[in-house]
Amino acid sequence: MAGTLTATDGASGDGLATARVAGPWRDKLRMLLRQRSAVIGLIIISILSFAALFADVIAPHPPNKALNGPGEPGRRAQPCVHLLGCPADQPQTLLGTDGNSRDLFSRTLHGARVSLVVGFATAGLAVLIGSTIGAIAGFAAGGLDNGLMRVMDVMLAFPALVLAIAIASTLGRGLLQSLIAVAIVSIPIYARVMRASVLSVRGLDYVTASRALGETNRGLLVRRVLPNALTPMIVVGTLGIGTAVLETAALSFLGLGMQPPDAEWGAMIASEFNGILTRPLIVLVPGFALTLLVVGFNLLGDGLRDTLDPRLDR
Amino acid sequence: MTRYILRRLLLSIPVLLGIVLVVFFLARVIPGDPCRASLGEHATDQICDAFNVRFGLDKAIIPGIYKTRGGFDLIPADIPATLLDNQFVAYLGRVVTGDLGDSIKYGRPVTTLLAERLPLTIELALYALLFATLVGVSLGIISAIRRNSPVDVGTMALANLGVSIPVFVLGLVLQYVFAVVLRGTPFALPPSGRLTAGVQATPLAEAWGLEWLGGPLRGLLDFVSNIYTFNFLVTLRFDLLGDAIVHMILPAIALGTISLAIIARITRSSLLEVLGLDYTRTARAKGLAERTVVRRHALRNAMLPVVTIVGLQLGTLLGGAVLTESIFNLTGVGRTLFEAITGRDYVVIQAFTLIIAVGFVVVNLVVDVSYAWLDPRIRYS
Repeated sequence: MAGTLTATDGASGDGLATARVAGPWRDKLRMLLRQRSAVIGLIIISILSFAALFADVIAPHPPNKALNGPGEPGRRAQPCVHLLGCPADQPQTLLGTDGNSRDLFSRTLHGARVSLVVGFATAGLAVLIGSTIGAIAGFAAGGLDNGLMRVMDVMLAFPALVLAIAIASTLGRGLLQSLIAVAIVSIPIYARVMRASVLSVRGLDYVTASRALGETNRGLLVRRVLPNALTPMIVVGTLGIGTAVLETAALSFLGLGMQPPDAEWGAMIASEFNGILTRPLIVLVPGFALTLLVVGFNLLGDGLRDTLDPRLDR
Repeated sequence: MTRYILRRLLLSIPVLLGIVLVVFFLARVIPGDPCRASLGEHATDQICDAFNVRFGLDKAIIPGIYKTRGGFDLIPADIPATLLDNQFVAYLGRVVTGDLGDSIKYGRPVTTLLAERLPLTIELALYALLFATLVGVSLGIISAIRRNSPVDVGTMALANLGVSIPVFVLGLVLQYVFAVVLRGTPFALPPSGRLTAGVQATPLAEAWGLEWLGGPLRGLLDFVSNIYTFNFLVTLRFDLLGDAIVHMILPAIALGTISLAIIARITRSSLLEVLGLDYTRTARAKGLAERTVVRRHALRNAMLPVVTIVGLQLGTLLGGAVLTESIFNLTGVGRTLFEAITGRDYVVIQAFTLIIAVGFVVVNLVVDVSYAWLDPRIRYS
């Protein structure tokens, strides 16, 4: 995140400005790494990213391959690891297999890939559109501001998941569709945060000074206001990744997101949740992975807030 | 205060109008054929044409625009003729008169469906909110008072887990723990359903001999009857009351946990802020006991943001209700709405989203007004 910011600023001015800007952000990064919650969050995200990146190498089986041949574990097999005392004549599986005889561990690893990409893509899309709307509303003020914000109010009047379900059904079933639905639903939150942030910066003396120096409206917004209004967006955006992961998983759980046979945590839980009382592992493993990923982003987001929000300086 | 309420009411009118518009068009743009969705893929074109006439789906959506099997058709020549005779005007007319139409799938009035299914969701959401508020506020206060103690660190770690765990995962974990792990102990709880199989609730109209009653009053009575815990309480059926409560515990916890975590965090940070203010220091300097300082001085002001957050949880709860009701096999508004969306039951989608969104706006209004009542600074700004 810090990298993108220096890049934007660097483009606006000379090398001196870049050097000056790099300083505080490096300080912030150091402060962030001293926060226990942020570090734990980063570790969780790193581990899951590693798992996602190398899923093909780590996973003992292809995620969609049915292991029901001779000498293979078969349907809904219990975990069996020879080192832990499982009889050597039984085929090994780390976490057992699901209702279609597929290896649960391999599928969970591949699910990390989907959820991470979905989380970043959804939050990124929503932040981009939401902050553009919010920045325009906050900077333009007046009728445009009122109009845009009333539209956001209407969107916020629907429970997020209900609206996402409706939009996802409009777009049709599929991962991309559910991603877009969740992104649209989260736009108002980012728009509001950005608007408030732009409003607080817009009236500051240095902006007035730039205006007096003949800076255009566009230049004022992009070069003077936005760089200083971005901080809250970083925090809300990071927390938003967790929410995006949760909501897309919920849509997949309801059958609107990722379609079978591909491995996605929400869809994996959906296909087996009736067996929770008999074979809980098949449901709890993807559920645990999903929770862990969201915990990671929430911890990082909390850490970022404590670092970046000067009001909370203790 | 009256002026504030009036201003707040006026401000919610455009939002309500927007909701009415969005609900209509959202229901129409969902692709797919309501006829085939409810009668099956093999319904003939002839049957479907009759079906569309029966539900007014053959009419233009808005002047000149028709929905066809493939998508939307604009027939400019039809604009004058369909200026008033279209689905949108019909819909607006029904909304204004409070007629929500007949469900395409069930062929029954939506109001009947609502009377059957909304009470469950209201009950579930209320218990979830009660659980979230009571436990959340208490945990928040304890964490703030014993800041940085193991209790505080533990509570905040749990709060983080609480906002991170998906409703459906938590629901499944609870089912597993309380129905399998704790089976046979006094802590075992039923994993699904609203009452034990075979147990029936008696409608209040029947219990009180008011079956001759008709009209809206009867509707209201039936609605209240379906709030089972209330029904059993007023009819003094304590055995059934226990059964209903026992079935409600797990869904309410699953649904309320996210809100609980949010409320706990807000309570903690708000109380910490107030405890650092000058007037709190003055109260301490007067020699008041810490208990009194917290109870009489700090808590009152610290609760203001909590009120707002508690009100805002309704949206989260209703969204979560879709998932909770699926997991715990409960037939409420959330599940009905989800089935209506996937089954293209436009009338139910429209009516249910409308009710939910309007309810949400009303709750926000009540929260804002109570906030202004609690904090005079808001009223005068």
